[in-house]
Amino acid sequence: MSGRDPIPYAPEQPGAQPPNDYPAYKSTINRHPLRAPIRVPHTLTEVTGPSFTRRWHGKNLADLTLQHKGEPLGERIVIAGRVLDEDGRPVPDTLVELWQANAAGRYAHERDRHDAPLDRNFTGFGQVVTDKQGGWRFVSIKPGHYPWRNTHNAWRAQHLHFSIFGPAFATRIVTQMYFPGDPLLATDPIYHSIPDATARERLVAAYDPTLSEPEWALGFRWDIVLRGRAATPAEG
Amino acid sequence: MKLPVTGSQTVGPFYHYALDRPEWSDLTRHGARGEKIRIEGRILDGERKPCIDAFLEVWQANAAGRYAHPEDRQNKKPDPKFIGFGRVFTDAKGRYAFTTVRPGPVPGRGNAMQAPHIAVNLFGRGLLKHLATRIYFPDCAEANEADPVLGLIDDPKQRATLVAQPAKPTRLGRAILPTFRFDVILQGEGETAFLEI
Ligand SMILES: [Fe+3]
Repeated sequence: MSGRDPIPYAPEQPGAQPPNDYPAYKSTINRHPLRAPIRVPHTLTEVTGPSFTRRWHGKNLADLTLQHKGEPLGERIVIAGRVLDEDGRPVPDTLVELWQANAAGRYAHERDRHDAPLDRNFTGFGQVVTDKQGGWRFVSIKPGHYPWRNTHNAWRAQHLHFSIFGPAFATRIVTQMYFPGDPLLATDPIYHSIPDATARERLVAAYDPTLSEPEWALGFRWDIVLRGRAATPAEG
Repeated sequence: MKLPVTGSQTVGPFYHYALDRPEWSDLTRHGARGEKIRIEGRILDGERKPCIDAFLEVWQANAAGRYAHPEDRQNKKPDPKFIGFGRVFTDAKGRYAFTTVRPGPVPGRGNAMQAPHIAVNLFGRGLLKHLATRIYFPDCAEANEADPVLGLIDDPKQRATLVAQPAKPTRLGRAILPTFRFDVILQGEGETAFLEI
């Protein structure tokens, strides 16, 4: 091993990530690879990744309620948190993308056929770049539950979709944030695909009155933790 | 004491209106140096049906073999007009395509060199966690032979799934771009080699 080798990112923690073979979520049946993945020691390819400090990430879209002429319907929320790594270090300057259904549980997507009203004042897309402390904050509306054809009479728990890059190709993650107290969390198969209960519960935001805006919006806190670096190899 | 890493969840089927930035499918749009090429292919499921709700993110070095990232401290020319990252969606037939420059070789671990390659993260409905793979070039046989990552794959048929195929050149305006075909088969016969990174 050469002293110039990049320090790898830490391997996955057991139970923290969902398997791709998870038949309770029907769409995985024809889409999960049958062969085990090839374990690749990290090289410059895996420890580098796109940077979002420059011009090309596009506009700051932190308030999803201000994107149209009028106000979207629904319960206004503030969602905020930090992007950290496993060692608790902030991840600054990284792109956080958010997309979601409207208050009625309908996406502004041409293939969403759910018979619930569209809201002409709500698209449901936001993006921000984290600050020096890894902090991010969105204003939005609480998404509705929506039905899906996974099993008979199946409904998804309320969720926000999040996409986060982090410093490297190996830290990339797309996930979903859930709301505390949602009764559908008891059975939602996508939520339950994460085997470890503690890891699973980390996807549920905390109600946080210090984030609420008086007379305006209800606050929720949710921190996102990305892989950190493995310890420097002793012989390195 | 380590913090627990956030678990992955599927992108689901309804992200296009939010995540699709058509300009991201042209990595050369700012005027990158190097040989301009086109990569195209299809994403197919275990029944060979096209995945119409999937997308690829690609990450690569510039034409000189240097990544646009502070941890790449190689003594090679940076290219400020090349960011090395793209995102591209499949269409109603499961097809995708992007334009880039041919990446230069980058070092592996120890004294190894890696053959020119493009790193891929694949997202889609039905994928609870994204899948990682790599695209190699068919006209770099010698470098591919010595590549440490391809060398980890024992089965030659499986190894071959990471090497793109030559395809009909693409006419883009007045330019004719060398084109490579890289199909992704998620499951079963001919299944693409996926990497645990
Ligand atoms: Fe959703």
